[in-house]
Parts: sequence; structure tokens; C-alpha cells
Amino acid sequence: MTSNNGNTNAGSNSFLDYAPAPESTAILNLKSEYGLFINGEFVDGHGASFTTISPSTEKTIATIAAADASDVDTAVKAARRAFDRSWSTISGRERGKYLFRIARLLQERAREFAVAESLDNGKPIKESRDVDVPLAAAWFFYYAGWADKLDHAGLGANPRALGVAAQVIPWNFPLLMLAWKIAPALAAGNTVVLKPAETTPLTALLFAEVVQQAGLPAGVVNILTGAGATGQALVTHPDVNKVAFTGSTAVGRLIARQIAGTDKRVTLELGGKGANIVFDDAPMDEAIEGIVNGIFFNQGQVCCAGSRLLVQENVHDEVVDRLKARLATLRIGDPLDKNTDIGAINSAAQLERIRTLSQAGEDEGAVRWSAPCDLPENGFWFAPTIFTNVSTSHRIARDEIFGPVLSVLSFRTPTEAIAKANNTPYGLSAGIWSDKGSRVLAVADKLRAGVVWANTFNKFDPASPFGGFKESGYGREGGRHGLAAYLAPAESRSYAAPAMKAAPAVAAAAAVETPMTDADPQTPTKFVRRKGANK
Amino acid sequence: MTLTSPDRSGQSPLAPASRAIDIIGADLTEASLTRYLRGLPAVDAVGLTNRAADLGSRSIKATSKAWALDKIISLIDLTTLEGADTPGKVRSLVAKALTPDASDLTSPRVAAVCVYGDMVATAAEALGSAKGEHAPGGINVAAVATAFPSGRASLRVKLADVADAVDAGADEIDMVIDRGAFLAGNYGRVFDEIVAVKAACQRADKSFAHLKVILETGELNTYDNVKRASWLAILAGGDFIKTSTGKVAPAATLPVTLLMLQVVRDWHRLTGERIGVKPAGGIRTSKDAIKYLVAVAEVAGQEWLEPHLFRFGASSLLNDVLLQRQKISTGHYSASSYVTID
Repeated sequence: MTSNNGNTNAGSNSFLDYAPAPESTAILNLKSEYGLFINGEFVDGHGASFTTISPSTEKTIATIAAADASDVDTAVKAARRAFDRSWSTISGRERGKYLFRIARLLQERAREFAVAESLDNGKPIKESRDVDVPLAAAWFFYYAGWADKLDHAGLGANPRALGVAAQVIPWNFPLLMLAWKIAPALAAGNTVVLKPAETTPLTALLFAEVVQQAGLPAGVVNILTGAGATGQALVTHPDVNKVAFTGSTAVGRLIARQIAGTDKRVTLELGGKGANIVFDDAPMDEAIEGIVNGIFFNQGQVCCAGSRLLVQENVHDEVVDRLKARLATLRIGDPLDKNTDIGAINSAAQLERIRTLSQAGEDEGAVRWSAPCDLPENGFWFAPTIFTNVSTSHRIARDEIFGPVLSVLSFRTPTEAIAKANNTPYGLSAGIWSDKGSRVLAVADKLRAGVVWANTFNKFDPASPFGGFKESGYGREGGRHGLAAYLAPAESRSYAAPAMKAAPAVAAAAAVETPMTDADPQTPTKFVRRKGANK
Repeated sequence: MTLTSPDRSGQSPLAPASRAIDIIGADLTEASLTRYLRGLPAVDAVGLTNRAADLGSRSIKATSKAWALDKIISLIDLTTLEGADTPGKVRSLVAKALTPDASDLTSPRVAAVCVYGDMVATAAEALGSAKGEHAPGGINVAAVATAFPSGRASLRVKLADVADAVDAGADEIDMVIDRGAFLAGNYGRVFDEIVAVKAACQRADKSFAHLKVILETGELNTYDNVKRASWLAILAGGDFIKTSTGKVAPAATLPVTLLMLQVVRDWHRLTGERIGVKPAGGIRTSKDAIKYLVAVAEVAGQEWLEPHLFRFGASSLLNDVLLQRQKISTGHYSASSYVTID
């Protein structure tokens, strides 16, 4: 049930207790069991299968096969075969047609995907309906357009695909992250093996159906479900040319270590502790909305969430008061209700982490305030929470909580705001709220974050590259930059050279020795222009 | 009441409206008023329209929808503001206001009928004992005044216009601000005019007709202007801030109304006093009107959903709501011939 408890006169006859408006699940035609999607077909997995549950009710949705190392090998082989025989040989225009077809199918089945996403992930239907699914389709449309224009991707004429891409995605935006990974990879001519998160495999499996519907050549897209071990087997598989991972910094580090010394290309999109900076001349009502959107969008389970609110001290109290009043009107409850603002936390484990860190916040002396609301009995729920009196040394100001918890800090001058915003091992996102354009530009220039939003937050577009500084990872997704992450210049040695298939590990080591291009760190010194090249 | 003509430095005192003195200070001048209005936090247009769209996406179903439809009717200022208005047309409007749906007498009555000043007596007579919000099932008579809709007349003429309407029995006066003066930055002039009109709303028995101040947001053009004009109108003593005359496009929009709701919410935070909001013009369907109800309830608070704090200025909206009501009671949609045209 959706409840709205912040309003003082919210009684049983209150208009604000909107009558339930649940999105129907009738459109979903789910199977009780799902296999692995390898070489264009659903097959049984050799690992111990698991169930995926709805985090808002803890009810089982379906039984999901798990891939073991042998399944990973089968899938990579299928992807390699598809790369060699079909996908790398057809024209960019042909690839584009497939991608456009996928995009249109996603739009046609948008409601179904939205319902599945909210069911499996716990996010409100208004977000899956208005953000996740439309953006996923937009990503395919965008990269479909690139497929026959790779000469303009910034790598010179006739750039080459890398080969087989191993992609591991998180549970916070299951379908959208899939689109971020698969669309540029396919546009560039790679084939993919993708592993969705253990707790949210549903939309990836529905997407496998879309791949079948679109008539993609077998093996171009393979979906392997499973837990961490499956992902590890996938990224370490010797015949994988590219690893793309979105998830925690800890796992990102592990992957970087595991593939060090191989010729695998890698992009990592990891954690964040985004600073949302509110200056005293900010458009106040819109800033409050932006703060709410920054940290409570998708229950705060967003890597680029604005989880540290930096408020200019002279408006601190007003901002906090207004924020509390606004949070009291948020509606928490059934993710499938169209009026729900805040849904369920994705898993028991994540809820535990949020609780632990929130407790640490209290223990370390920050002042906790949670929106007054009745949480449903079953499922994983956490009320929107803000901490005031937070110091930069508190864990809640340092660690990524990945939940609906906002830490409020204050600053006095722009210099201090910039210093505090950058005082984090992460560097994924930041926000600036000010009516003064020159200040916005000056501050944005000094923030060490992959994306800086001005007077808005959590806005995404396929044409805009996204990625991090420091421990938030490396590489960019989206835009031309995201495409380049799946391409190599024509003159460089193909990573998919036949020799590699015979003895992948050895060939990989040898590949590093061969002469490379200007842009490569291996280039002799005279070609290196490092100074301007920092990102 | 004489209009103060501001000198170059803006230091001559403005009319001593008590709200403005409480908030800005006893040395109320055009300069201090201007400083205050320019010091208000800015409005981000993109953020505002996004928030309005977000509120507009609420899904109001079943019991909530039934409640909303009745509530909308009770908040309507049923309006006719045409050069072609006749006593017959106004009597017809009043009959519709009293009995919105001849086939379903459970329908609530509208809040007021809104007419030109010269039609006030006709409307009052037609309402008879049902005139005035204090009568059981009573309906107010609202009159547009101050050289509506342009406001391009001398203050003397405007005040006479108001006094005429009040004398004829108007319960509410819908005045227009001098947009030209506002856009020229002459805030003191706009302020003094509102104060003067407010004074002219006083009846012989010392009670006041409610004053709705029409900002004509379509001519103010920017959200920052709308925000300043809203504050100005409240500071000068307006009981309601109203978006539009209905004669200028765009008339009421959800973002503009949302912004005005934020202003009255902030005024309440500051002073504990509640000011009304009236979007007028362009709201023709139940679906649209429900979005406004949602915005009122979620931004200002549900206590604003009462006729003394929120109104719809509309003419065709009523019939669409009645059709929706009939749909709820009968289970199927009626043709438009099942509601009366006026």
C-alpha cells in the first residue's frame, strides 16, 4: 500500500491518501524458470539454479539458471563464432538495422519491461516507466545511428571491433545498464556475453527474447545469469577481448587485478559519493527538488547519487527545513503503484549495509532524521533519511551508502565547497545549484567528477559520456567516447587475430610487444603528448 | 487614497499596507520594496516545469477521483466575461451555478459566478437568498474590475469601477495589476494601486469584498516576474493571487500555478497567514483540473482545497466535470447533450 504520512491532516478521508493505482502485471508473461541465453537459445545451466524475488514482497518471481565455467566457455565460444562468421563481416548499416529493431521492440514492449523491472528491482513504476525503459530504448537508437559512421568515432578511418566483450552489470538499473553496455558494443561490431546481477536477472532475460524477436544472428548477444563466480569466470576467460564492468569499487579492483597483464581492454564504472553543492543564491524550490532527485531517485541506489549535500552555511537551516517538509510528502510503498515515489531496497544484504552505515552515522555523532512513514511489513524498506551535523571525517560522508540516506555538510565559500566536494576517493558526479552562471562554470571547472550537473541532477542522455575520476573507475560510457571504448584503430593489431584463439594467453602477451598507435602508452617518447591528454 | 508618484531614488513612502510594513519595515518605499522583491530566490524554469510535469503524472483513481470531481465543482468560479453578455445570459449562468447537473441533484454548487461589474446586480438578484458564501449552499458574486482586462485607465476610473461593483453587491473583486508599470520596474505604482483597490473594496458596514489580484502571467512572461508579482500582490493586501484574465494567451498553466502555490506556502511559513490562488483560463478538462488539485494538495497542503483558498476561473470546465461524474454514476460516458450548455 502506498502511504503518505507526512501530511499533518492525512486521515483516512484525505485526498492525499490517493486510492491505489497499481500498474497491472497482466501484461507480463513470465515463465517459472529461465535458462541461460547462449547462441540464440535458452539452455540449461550447469551451476546451482537460484530464485529471483520481488524485493517489495519477498515473493519468488522465477527460478533462474546459473552459469558455471563450462557455460561461460560455451557462451564465449558462441560469441567468438558469431563475431568471426557474421557480426564482424556484415556492414555497419546492417548492424544498425538490427539495433534500430531492438530499440523499437523495447519501445513496443515498454510497459512489459517497466513492470518486470519494478517487480524484480523494487523501483517505483514511474521511474522504470519514465526513465529506465525509455532511456534504454534511446541508447539503442543512439548507437544504432553510429553503427555505419564508425569512421567518425575519433579513431581514424575503418576502426575495428575488439572482438568478444564480457560485460557485468549491477542491479540498480538492470535494463538501462544492459543497454549502456550492449548498444555501443554491438554498434562497434563486437559480440557480447553479458551477466546481469544475481538479484535482477529478469529484464535481461526478457531482453534475450527481444534479441530473438529482432532476429539477431545467433551468438551475437549471450546472457549468462549467476552470482559473482559466474562474473569472475566470464571476465577472466582467456578469449575475451574487452571487459566492461559497472558495480562496486571493491569488485572493480578485483577485476582490474585479475585481468592485469592480459591484453583485455577494460572500462570500469564504479562507486561514487557525489557532492551536491547548494549556494545561497540557488533557485530554492528547484534546488530542493534536485536534492530529492539526487539522493532519493531509485532509493539512492545510484552510483552517481548526490549523497553528500554541501550547503552554504547561511542557508543551511532553511534548506534542511524545506527538505524535511518535502520528504514528508514522498510516498513510499508498492513499487507497482503509479503514485509511489520511493520503492523497496533491492535486497536484504543492501538493506543491511544501509542500516549499518546509518547506525555508524548516529554513533559518530551525526543527527538523524527519517521521514515519518509506515513501512510495509514484508520486503526490504528504508525510510528516506537525512543526517545533519555531518563532518567530513564521518563514515557517512566518506563511504558510499547506496541507499536513501543523505549526509548534509556545510561550507562558507566557493573555495571551501570545491575542496570538500573533491575530498573523496571517488569522482563520479557532482551538482551545483546557483542562479549565477559564472559561478556555476567556475566551480564546475574545478570539480574532479566525471559529470557535473548545474541546476539539475541525475539527468542522462545517450549522447553524453559518463564515467569517473579516481576510484570511480576509468573509461567512458555514452556518446562518441563510449563507442571508442569498443573500437581499436585500423592500423593496430586486431585483438581478434586468429593466433589468439589458438593460445590466447600467450598471444595476448605477445600483442603488447607489437608496435602500437600514437594514442597508446607504449608509443616511443617522441610521439607522446601526455600533458594535454589528462582526462 | 492618492497614488504616490515615486521620485527618482524611489525614497518617497508607499501606501502603508500592514503586511508590507511587517515584512519589509516601517520605512516602506519603492526602493525598499524593489530590493525585497529582487532579493527573492530565483526560479529555475526547467526545474519548475519538470516538477509540474511530475505532479501532473499522479494517477487519481476510484474514490479519489470521485472526491476530486466534486471538489473541483465546489472550487469553480463559473465565468462569463464577454462584451455580448446580457442579463439573460447572466441569469442562465446563475441557474447553472445553482443546479449544475439537472439530471443529478447531488452535484455540489460552484463557489461563485464571475461577471463584469455592470452584471453584478443581475447576478445578485438571480441568486436571491442563495447569494453569498454564508448562505446555505451559497454562491458568491465575483466582479472583474479596474478596467479589466487591460487595466489601462486612470486610477480614479479603476477605483470607481471597483466601488460600483461593491455597491452593486459583489462579494469578490477580481482586479488586474498594471502590467506596464510592473514591466517598467515601477513596483511602487503597482503596489499603491492594489492598496487603493483594497481600500475601495470596503463596504459601508466596514467589511471587505475579497480581493483577487490578477497578475496576467502571460504578459509578465518570466517565472521570476510571476514570483515577484505574487509577493507584491500579497504584500499589498491581496486575498487571492490569480493567474490571468483569460483574455491573454497563455492563461493559466500548471507551472505558473505551481509557482504561485509555492509563494503562498512560503507566505504561510513566514506569517502563518493563508492566501488564496486562482488559476483562470485554459483549464477545460477534469483531467487537467485534477492535476491542479494534486499540485495544491502536495505543494501548499490539502487545507488549501477550500473555496476561500483555491478557485478555478473557468467556464467550460464545469461541463466536462459533470460528464465525468455521470460516467462514475452510470458506468458509461454521456454525450455532451446530457449536460446543459449554460
